[in-house]
Order: sequence, then structure tokens, then C-alpha cells
Amino acid sequence: MNEIINVSRRDFLRTGALIGGGLILGFSLPLRESFRAAATPAAAPFTPNAFIRIGADDLVTIIINKSEMGQGVYTSLPMLVAEELECDWSKVRVESAPVAPEYNHTAFGIQLTGGSTSVSSEWERFRKAGAAAREMLIAAAAETWKVNKAGCQAEKGFVIHEGTKRRLSYGKLVEKAAQMKPPQDVPLKQPKDFKVIGKSMKRLDTPKKTNGSALFGIDVKFPGMLTALVARPPVFGGKVKSFNAGKAKTAPGVKAVVQIDSGVAVIADSFWSAHLGREALEVVWEEGPLVTFDSQAQREQYAELAKKPGAVAAQRGDLRTAMTKATKRIEAVYEVPYLAHATMEPLNCLVDLRADRCEIWTGTQSQTFDRDAAARVSGLKPEQVKIHTTLLGGGFGRRANPHSDFVIEAVQVAKAIERPVKVIWTREDDIKGGYYRPMWYDRMEAGLGANGHLIAWQHTIVGQSILEGTFLATMVKDGVDGSSVEGAANMPYEIPNVLVDLHTPKIGVPVLWWRSVGHSHTAFVVESFIDELAHAAGKDPYEFRRGLLANHPRHLGALNLAVKKAGWGKPLAKGRFRGIAVHKSFGSFVAQVAEVSVNPKGEVRVHKVVCAIDCGRIVNPNTIEAQMESGIVFGLSAALHGAITFKDGRVEQSNFNDYPVLRINEMPHVEVYIVPSQEPPSGVGEPGVPPIAPAVGNAIFAATGKRIRRLPIRRDELKKV
Amino acid sequence: MISLHVNGKRYEVDVDPDVPLLWVIREQLGLTGTKYGCDMALCGSCIVHIDGKAERSCQISVKEAQGKKITTIEGIPENHPVKKAWISEDVPQCGYCQSGQIMAAAALLKKKPQPNDADIDDFMFGIICRCGTYQRIRRAIHRAAKMMNKGGKR
Repeated sequence: MNEIINVSRRDFLRTGALIGGGLILGFSLPLRESFRAAATPAAAPFTPNAFIRIGADDLVTIIINKSEMGQGVYTSLPMLVAEELECDWSKVRVESAPVAPEYNHTAFGIQLTGGSTSVSSEWERFRKAGAAAREMLIAAAAETWKVNKAGCQAEKGFVIHEGTKRRLSYGKLVEKAAQMKPPQDVPLKQPKDFKVIGKSMKRLDTPKKTNGSALFGIDVKFPGMLTALVARPPVFGGKVKSFNAGKAKTAPGVKAVVQIDSGVAVIADSFWSAHLGREALEVVWEEGPLVTFDSQAQREQYAELAKKPGAVAAQRGDLRTAMTKATKRIEAVYEVPYLAHATMEPLNCLVDLRADRCEIWTGTQSQTFDRDAAARVSGLKPEQVKIHTTLLGGGFGRRANPHSDFVIEAVQVAKAIERPVKVIWTREDDIKGGYYRPMWYDRMEAGLGANGHLIAWQHTIVGQSILEGTFLATMVKDGVDGSSVEGAANMPYEIPNVLVDLHTPKIGVPVLWWRSVGHSHTAFVVESFIDELAHAAGKDPYEFRRGLLANHPRHLGALNLAVKKAGWGKPLAKGRFRGIAVHKSFGSFVAQVAEVSVNPKGEVRVHKVVCAIDCGRIVNPNTIEAQMESGIVFGLSAALHGAITFKDGRVEQSNFNDYPVLRINEMPHVEVYIVPSQEPPSGVGEPGVPPIAPAVGNAIFAATGKRIRRLPIRRDELKKV
Repeated sequence: MISLHVNGKRYEVDVDPDVPLLWVIREQLGLTGTKYGCDMALCGSCIVHIDGKAERSCQISVKEAQGKKITTIEGIPENHPVKKAWISEDVPQCGYCQSGQIMAAAALLKKKPQPNDADIDDFMFGIICRCGTYQRIRRAIHRAAKMMNKGGKR
């Protein structure tokens, strides 16, 4: 204890390093090297394209246009480049991309991280970027040595001339390489020659995420910055009628209280001052039409709607005739609630708005939406808005909002106060803040023919559209928002007579994609109901599914692998039961077998989950395993605990006490198996989520004979009376 | 002025004595590895060591922390077995909760050098990981316990 630091004087010295007016963030890994690189300017780096920068110091910086929110893109995408670049993996650094057209999603045409598409969309582009850079480095070396480049090859960050064994590191070649002509269409490696792709690589961001130096949006800070909390209406659609800032302004540290579109912002010199100011703030709300909104009444409204024909999402055969011919008809209703994303890092957004520019630091999944929204609100041109994408403390879809809610709000606050300001959401703000996974109500009816053959299937879905009311509404076709029916309309089971229809009520509760989107409810419904039908037909649930999937080899591949590894049909410890589910989402096929027990109090314990995935060509098995574990936990949180409900227009939940998520004591033992595949890579961030709720529900049925048709699972329904 | 002993340094901080320690650590001391997650002792993201024990810095006012020995994630040495085990098992995903997880794990191992899974679950129950890294957390704690048993740095 030999150093005394007086924080009142040295306040911000340690908290944000300013170099050349710009804030250096720890997005390049590791931070210290990037400081050194900035401090000692050397030869200009070699930047063969938008994704690669090689310095004279041999460091290879890969600029990533996807947001790192835990899914591992800051490792898997560099792997794609490194495979072709032949660089030294220990020299690879990562930087988040600015907003620019060259970083747009290859399929979506905007900069966005979502739909479990990061690897699949960049599979070609990142490898090509690496290959082109490598060829330029080889050409530069060949010219330096005055040899034929055919005699040179690249290896671990060096170009080597085979004939003379001369070698030059990439860093030594940067100046010359920059003068080389970028080659067109360099042939990519054959998969048999892969050295990096397919190997279990450690995450590049782990060291920083274990020593506290990883910077999230909430950590970014610079001198003069203020912090704001916003008082928002207690009812969705509400507005400020009037407010009295008198008491709020007397709270120490409060600088200003301003009204913005979403409510009233209390702006202070610290989080706690803003919090105390907001506590003291008096607002009279115009609560609006949803003031009587109630979850029970909504269920009844949905139940009525489900009795009527909806917009047709899928149809084949002649459903009504088939139903009349059925020897057995089974009906069921399934329900799932609104869900909050509850990312561990509460939403936040830092804005520095000047007359001619706007700089934003935030963990966003949707840079283009947010940049354009910030431009609209600030009155600037999109090119005057700069977004610095920080690490995201979880995203799950909440940080990809076409309404750009948390960004618009922060820009409005910055505009009002004319100082750099960070808006932070408290946990309560986050849980009550909307943009939920929609509540869904699904009415099912099926007909079994002779020998238990499934001949007719009707699935009526009721729930809000995510796309309606956004600029993506044009994607709603003939009254069907594809994200409402995904996993249901394209359900794989081969049934001759099918009708899937959809009701899309307008409710007014803001909804959004939530990890696995429509699949988060359709897999639960389809995979639970198919299990009901297997039992009704007197067949083993696995065999019943197999019989209906004869022409779906990839579903079968995942299903068979999970069954084999789980020992399906083999004896279990006393009191334990298995359930199975298989579902395709985001191009990947996932089967899960859950091993469950239910005690007399109705408490469910998930002991083990065996998961098999076919996600095409494997890039990083380490990531795939982690994402399956993660998806299972996310899905279990929802299955066992999650529900956002309303009374008198108000959200009844507020924090992790009444919106619980899975904790370590409930964590099952998870085993992940990957189906070998030559297909192009497909998603892994979301596909682990959908099958877990039905797998657990089906296991509960095996254990108790009680069918779980409503989530979250209710202990009272399983209690032995 | 409040006097704080954090990671072996003494800080004189000019703040309201009732402010939670969490926000002083983050905003005044600039040690942003300690995270805000719930403000209600429900998530554990804000765990630090106070006089060697894992405590939630969102529940302790800076005045109460005065004169005590505080360690944050930044004060855990890089060669600490828990950090090393975390890297070996590649635990973090989004990483936001991991400071709290690591601080709790280090405190657990001090109290119980050879924990079994049930001990781990009991002690780590309070720290939420929304990404679901729990299985790797268990593995990493076992690995750290082994390292420490072999004479690694405590």
C-alpha cells in the first residue's frame, strides 16, 4: 500500500485513454499491443481489403463486421481468414468494423448480426479475403527476391522461397505487398487441406474476458461524459402528461431533467445520482389504451381467434375430408408467454453529438438500423454518424431492433443536453422495457388412420407479428409473417393432409426476435404434439418420428446420433425418464434427448441432455459445443421459469427474482455430438434452443403421464395430490 | 473523502458515502471489470472480495467498505489458478458475468480447496450466466482446485 490515488483530482485518468481525440477501446486483442502499435508508428500497414490489416510488426488485424455477443464470431470468422492467409494464429487480432457498405451482410444488404448467419454468410467472403492477401504477400516476396512466385509459398506468417529457403515475415513485406495488384478469384483450398477450419480453437477474447479488461458498452467512458436514466411510461403506448423535476434536480449530481419521446430523462454526473434523481422525479402519465391490458384476457382473446380460420401459411391435401376418415382424432392447445431477453449487460448507449457529427458507442447487433435512426434523430447525414460496436454482454436479438429504441433515446438525450451522455437501463427498465418474444397460442388437431398412420394435421397459430410496423413489413406475405410460422409451416413430418394457418392480432406490446424467434414456440408445439400422437398411435416416440422422416436424411442423422449416444430405450436410474425432440432451424438440424425426474412436489430436475447437431461443415467444434450448451440453458430458462405477464397494463415482473433464469444448480450435464457433413456451414447460435422445451416436456410425460402444453412448466400441474 | 483500499492501492474518493461500492469502483476508480447486473444481489456480476470474502458490491455502501481490503477482478494475478483454469476451459461466452464468476470461484476455493459439484452449485448458485457457461464453470473450478492442490498459487 504505497501509492495513494486521489480520485477527486485524477478521476478519469485511468478510465479512458484518449489518443488523437479518439477513444481507444479494447476491441483489438490484446489491448496493450494495440497501444504500443499506436505509440510507435512504423511502415504503413498492408490493407488488401476491408477485412485485413497487416502491420510491420507482423500483427494481423481482422476487421469483423459481426457483433461479438458470446457466440464466438471474433474467433470463428478470423479462422476463415487465417485458413487462407496462412498467418500465425498467435499474431491474429480482432477489431470491430465501422458502418460501411463493404461490411453489409452478404444476404441481408445491411450490417446486422442475426439469424445465426455469421459464419454461413461470410464463409466465402472471409476465405477469399485471406486468399487474396496471401497471394499479394507471395507476389511481394517473389518480386523482392526476383524469383518466380510459383516457387514461393506462405506458411505461418512467412513467405518462403522453396529453392533457396529464404524467408520473409509478413510484416517485412507490408510495404511491397501494398503495391501488388489484388488478384481476382484466387482458388480456395479444398476442405481436405484445411489446417484451421474444423479444429477446436480457443476463443481469442477469453483472456480479456477473464481479467476484467474486456470493454462492453456500459464500460466506455470519457471526460465530461454524463449518465442518464429514463423514466418510461408504466404502460406500453403511454405518454408523459406532465412532470415536476423540482425534487429530482435537488438530488446531488443531477445536471438536467429533460423530456424525450420515450419519457423523461434524468441526467447526472454518475449512475447513482441519475438513479436518485429518477426516484425523486414526479411524472404524471397519460397511460393510453393499454391501461386495462391483462394477460388472462389476452389468452381468452387468442383462444377465440384460434377457433376461426386464419391466413394460410401451408396447405396440402384435403384436411377436412382426411379428418372425417380418421379413426382417432386428437386435439390440444399449446401456450407460451411473452419473454424478455434479459441480457446480462443491461441496455446502454453512449452518444457524443456535435454540430457536424455523431459518435455512438454501444453493443448493437444492427449497425445500419441504428446509424440511420441516429441520423434521422440528430438531423445529420448517415455518413456523419459513426458507430463503435463494443462487445455485447449478450444480445439474443434484443440488440437488433429495427425500431432502434435504445439508440434513438440516447441520441435524443444527447441532443437535449448538448454533452456526451450515456443512457443506462436498470435491470427493471430492461425487464419491463418490452420488445419481448411474442406470446403464442397454438391450437392443434390431428387425425390418425389405420395402423396409427398420421394422415391429417392442423396447426392454428395466434400471435403478434414481429415484422409488422417496421420497415421490414414488406416481408409479410398474404397476411403471414414468416417468422411467426417458421418451424410449423415447413414442419418436416410427411403427412398427406396439412393446414397451418395464422392469426396476427394487433396488441400494442412491443415484440421482437428472441433467440430462435418463431422456432422458440413452433418446436415446442410441433415436437410435443408429435409425441402425443406417437403415444396415441401406441408407438415409440423415436420410431414414430423416424417413420415420418424417411425423406429427411439430415433430421434423421441428428436424431439417430442423439438416440445412439443417449442410449434411448436402455434402462435408466430409478425415477429418471427420457424425452426426445428434433428440429431444424437456421439451416441446422438438432436433436436432443433430455433425462428428467419429477419429485412428488412437482419439481422438475433435468439431469442430462444429449444433443446432436448437423450444422454442415464444421468451423470451430469448440464454438459449436459452447453454443449448444448455451442454447439448452437459454431454452431451459424459458421452459422452467420464463414469463412476462400483464395486469392493469403493467408488466408484473421486474428483476431476476420474479423473472428467474437458469442457475448453476439447475444445469444439466450436457453432451454435444456433431454430425459430420460436407454441406455448407449453417447456424449454431440459435438452433440449440428450440428442441429443449419439448424434449423436457416429453420426458415429463414419460415420467408422470402429464402432458406439458403450457410454458413455463408449472409445478402445481405436476404435484402428486 | 472516503478512503478505499483496492487491489493494494489506497484511493481517496470524494463521493457521497451512501453510494454503492459498485459504482465507485466502476465510475470513480475506473475498474470496470466489476459489472452491474441487477442492483438487488440477485445476479452476482458485481462480486468483489472484501477482506477475503466474496461480497456483492451493489449491496455495500462505499462508507461501509472504508478501511477494508477490497480486491476486484483486476487485482487477481494473471497466474491465479482460477484465471488459468478459466482460460484452459475457455469458459466465457459474452463474458459479462465472468468477473463475478471468477471472484466467487476464487473465494470458494479458499474456503473449500476440493469442492465437489454440489459444493460448487451451492456456492455459485447466486451468479447468473445468461449464456449458460455453467458446465464449463464447474470444469474450470475442478481444474483450478487440482492446480492449487499441486502447489499452484492460491
